[in-house]
Amino acid sequence: MASPSLMDTLFQRTLDDIIKGLRHQQAGESAFISKVVEEIRREIKSTDLHTKSIALQKLTYLNSIYFIDMSWAAFHAIECISSPNFSHKKVGYLAISMSFNESTSVILLITNQLRKDLKSNNEFEVSLALDCLSRIGTADLCRDLTPEVFTLLSSSKVFVRKKAIGVVLRVFGKYPDAVRVCFKRLVECLDGTDPQIVSAVVGVFCELASKDPRSYLPLAPEFYRILVDSRNNWVLIKVLKIFAKLAPLEPRLAKRVVEPICEHMRRTGAKSLMFECIRTVVTSFTDYESAVKLSVAKIRDFLVDDDPNLKYLGLHALSIIAPNHLWAVLENKEVVIKSLSDDDPNVKLESLRLVVAMVSESNVVEICRVLVNYSLKSDPEFCNEILGSILSKCCQNVYEIIVDFDWYVSLLGEMSRIPHCQKGEEIENQLIDIGMRVKDVRPELVRVGRDLLIDPALLGNSFLHRILSAAAWVCGEYVEFSRKPVELVEALLQPRTSLLPPSIRTVYIQSAFKILIFCLHSYLLQRENIADDMASEMLGLKSQGECSGSSALVAGKAPARQEQDEGFNPRDSNKSYEDLSIINEGDVSALLEKGFTHESIVNLLNLIELALGPLSGSPDVEVQERSKNVLGFVDLIKQEISNGFVSERASKIIDMVHDAFTEELGPVSVNAQEKVPIPDGLMLKESLADLDAICGNVQLPSSISFSMGSPFGESVGASVSIPQSKEESEPSSESTSLLAEHRKRHGLYYLPSEKNETLANDYPPANDPKSSDNTNDDAQDLVKLADKSLLPKRRSNHAKPRPVVVKLDEGDVVPFIAKKSDTRDDLLSDAVRDILLGNVAKTASSQSIISDKSSSKRKGKEKLNVDLPESREILGVEKPDLGNPSSRRSKHRSHGKEKSRKSPEKKNSDEIGDGEKEKQKSRHRHGRHKTKQRAEGPLNVAAQTPVIPDFLL
Amino acid sequence: MIHFVLLISRQGKVRLTKWYSPYSQKERTKVIRELSGVILSRGPKLCNFVEWRGYKVVYKRYASLYFCMCIDQDDNELEVLEIIHHYVEILDRYFGSVCELDLIFNFHKAYYILDELLIAGELQESSKKTVARLIAAQDSLVESAKEQASSISNIIAQATK
Repeated sequence: MASPSLMDTLFQRTLDDIIKGLRHQQAGESAFISKVVEEIRREIKSTDLHTKSIALQKLTYLNSIYFIDMSWAAFHAIECISSPNFSHKKVGYLAISMSFNESTSVILLITNQLRKDLKSNNEFEVSLALDCLSRIGTADLCRDLTPEVFTLLSSSKVFVRKKAIGVVLRVFGKYPDAVRVCFKRLVECLDGTDPQIVSAVVGVFCELASKDPRSYLPLAPEFYRILVDSRNNWVLIKVLKIFAKLAPLEPRLAKRVVEPICEHMRRTGAKSLMFECIRTVVTSFTDYESAVKLSVAKIRDFLVDDDPNLKYLGLHALSIIAPNHLWAVLENKEVVIKSLSDDDPNVKLESLRLVVAMVSESNVVEICRVLVNYSLKSDPEFCNEILGSILSKCCQNVYEIIVDFDWYVSLLGEMSRIPHCQKGEEIENQLIDIGMRVKDVRPELVRVGRDLLIDPALLGNSFLHRILSAAAWVCGEYVEFSRKPVELVEALLQPRTSLLPPSIRTVYIQSAFKILIFCLHSYLLQRENIADDMASEMLGLKSQGECSGSSALVAGKAPARQEQDEGFNPRDSNKSYEDLSIINEGDVSALLEKGFTHESIVNLLNLIELALGPLSGSPDVEVQERSKNVLGFVDLIKQEISNGFVSERASKIIDMVHDAFTEELGPVSVNAQEKVPIPDGLMLKESLADLDAICGNVQLPSSISFSMGSPFGESVGASVSIPQSKEESEPSSESTSLLAEHRKRHGLYYLPSEKNETLANDYPPANDPKSSDNTNDDAQDLVKLADKSLLPKRRSNHAKPRPVVVKLDEGDVVPFIAKKSDTRDDLLSDAVRDILLGNVAKTASSQSIISDKSSSKRKGKEKLNVDLPESREILGVEKPDLGNPSSRRSKHRSHGKEKSRKSPEKKNSDEIGDGEKEKQKSRHRHGRHKTKQRAEGPLNVAAQTPVIPDFLL
Repeated sequence: MIHFVLLISRQGKVRLTKWYSPYSQKERTKVIRELSGVILSRGPKLCNFVEWRGYKVVYKRYASLYFCMCIDQDDNELEVLEIIHHYVEILDRYFGSVCELDLIFNFHKAYYILDELLIAGELQESSKKTVARLIAAQDSLVESAKEQASSISNIIAQATK
């Protein structure tokens, strides 16, 4: 690259030239840009700062619009800002604030230049430096420049001061110790008369308070004054935001503030302020009935406004208030439901949230019907939003609002068939979850599962695969409720299953295996019964007569079902019916039509062999292994039951496998593992500790609140049984006995099984037809319909009692993991508390505070020590003023009558409090070491709260 | 606080970007691509807010330009709309009925004005007059500095160095 020459300087292209050039290039834009960058690379090396700055400006332009990399020019930018020429400086600062970040290596080189400019006499240079610092400030930069920023906080020029205040936000964020230096001045600025300063400083406090409101409670009186006195909407909005954060922490404060807020709400014409008032009330003042009423009235104005913004915000405000004051939503239900068909997806989404919020036990059926109809008409994205919110609402608190589970399960089935449905995973989880929790719904669940499995069209939709996997699992697990198990096997092995991904095919195979075992087992039972029958026939003919009577009954009941079942033998069935009813009371009806003949069993075995044969060569390990297992088993059984004779061995094997499969799988709490005591000497963490570092960024699929869902249903359930079948069921009895033993020992972690069994089996059959008659799609009718259904009255016509939903003793709550707050934030709030508490306890022990807090992480200690005397001095100066809040606040006395009444008491408590505060302080200080380590400070809070009241009134 | 400010033309061309929160270059391109897709496709009579990755983006269209600002969930959307309008008014006053071309050719000035309006993602100056005055003062400083730099004597000094 040639060195820059005078020619470059004289004939340098300006920014305008570049822009014009770019605008004329239609196609070869990138070629042009790379040519220009080439030029810039040459020009920027020029010793002439003018040339350099123009080159830099061009590069900045290309960076901001075309995202050309400019990190290589970092040093040149620094050269530009060190120019005495203002225009070069400006270009340089712009480039720096655009391109520098924490990892820029030369960033430390600008410290001195920044310091120089911060001290400059030219206010515009100061402003450039401040702007730059606010954008790129790192911890080091902020630490080194804190003294300068501190000085500027008391600058005589408003222009500089307000910028310095803005920068403080960044400085505090990056270097919390700066709080000890700057905070006092910042608080003083709150008292300022200049509106710009107040506006800036309130903005800073708003931002600070949003991270850690508690620390700023002592400043509540200042904010209150601004709330009452200020007429500047920008400022008022920020102050309202601060109060929205503070009010929940201190009920007395809320009481004082609520009236001024309502006053603003009544008075103001500015929608932004109005909305902020509304939002403040609905988020933080929900206990104040009159304020809530007022804001709901204002929300109503927003909702009926033509401006889509206001409509959206009104709906948004409603959705904030919905959990506490549902009546507000119900009052506006017409608007809400009409908005479901709004043009704006945002509005639709908000109204969907509201409609879902209105769902309760009494109207869930109707509203879900309305929503499902809406989802059929809407675009795929919104359709899935609707389905997702139905699903999440219904499964809330372990299906709290669902009474009629048969209805819900068939709704799930219906939702699966909606063309745009992409909620496969969620539906899958719920199907399995409900299956395990709600015993009574299993017959319906199997029916829904069968309908899904049997439809070959569904296999083509990849979004449904997860649902199909759940259906397959459900049908395999609860096959005893199936009317025609053979049909299920046919469905599970139909040719189109080749469209499924291997992981789901394995579930299919496993389910087919379970069903096969069930059929074989039933067949064996039947045979035993026949044998018994033979014996009984010898004894007397009376029972025969009874049997034929019941056989007529059965045949009358279910002729349609029987016609497909080849080789159905009524006689066998009758026998089994009679005898089974004695043996196995519970499942009579289920077994009713499942007569198996030798022929049908052989057919079934052949079918499985035929379907799984090709899969034994599958490239997927799981599929291959499972199909091999099943085939092996089928082979074995075939040999053993040839010629209509079942060998002793075969029946034993079948019995064992069947036992293994009938073991009930219950839901397991996510916390169950934690409850298992860790044996002594077991080092779990030690060797795995560094694993975090290695695979820290590998996100495990977060387990949903309920661990049962897919992992257990699919893989665990299956993998438990696989080894058993592989080793030809020898260990099966062993494993069941192991399970039983485990259950005995850790009974605590199992669900009480009796609870379910005591339930009567007289649950009325499926699908309430009432639920499906609302198919009217007209928006007008929907409003009417929902109007009817949304009425908060309780509908007492629950035809059936709610079935038992199995819950875990400690609830299915995800274990609350204490959120570790950012240490930096914590340091910041610590520092703020120190300063504010230092004020309160007018003991002027700031010296000891600071010396006490010589925490290990103070890198710039020497530097800070320079400032310390200064800050100490300020604390001293402040003392008389801040230490006596009653005198200072006397000018606001006129606002509250009760205040004067209270003041003597308060003074008293002030005096008494002093000694206490001393103690609290020392306690506070004491607890510091601990809190620093844990990054969470209940002690801090405890020590602090008693102090606040002095400031409130 | 305001996380970033974007100006996008109706054709999806970026006219100005200002980032108050740290975003890497890669993220920036991604953000712009995503947002321009969302915002440009929205019809004219819809509301001016878009929920996006846990944030809210407030946008407003002026002629062929979309002004977008990204804010936190609990920030006041209407206030930000006013800030946008405020910025546009100041630009209008500065350029004299501003158009897209003004911003294309004076991109740095648009930045400087924005810098007077916002600092660290917060509004710092709510008076249009003050901003105009400050910008004018800085412009004259720049002008005088430029004149001095481009004087003949300076060039000669440069050449003979």
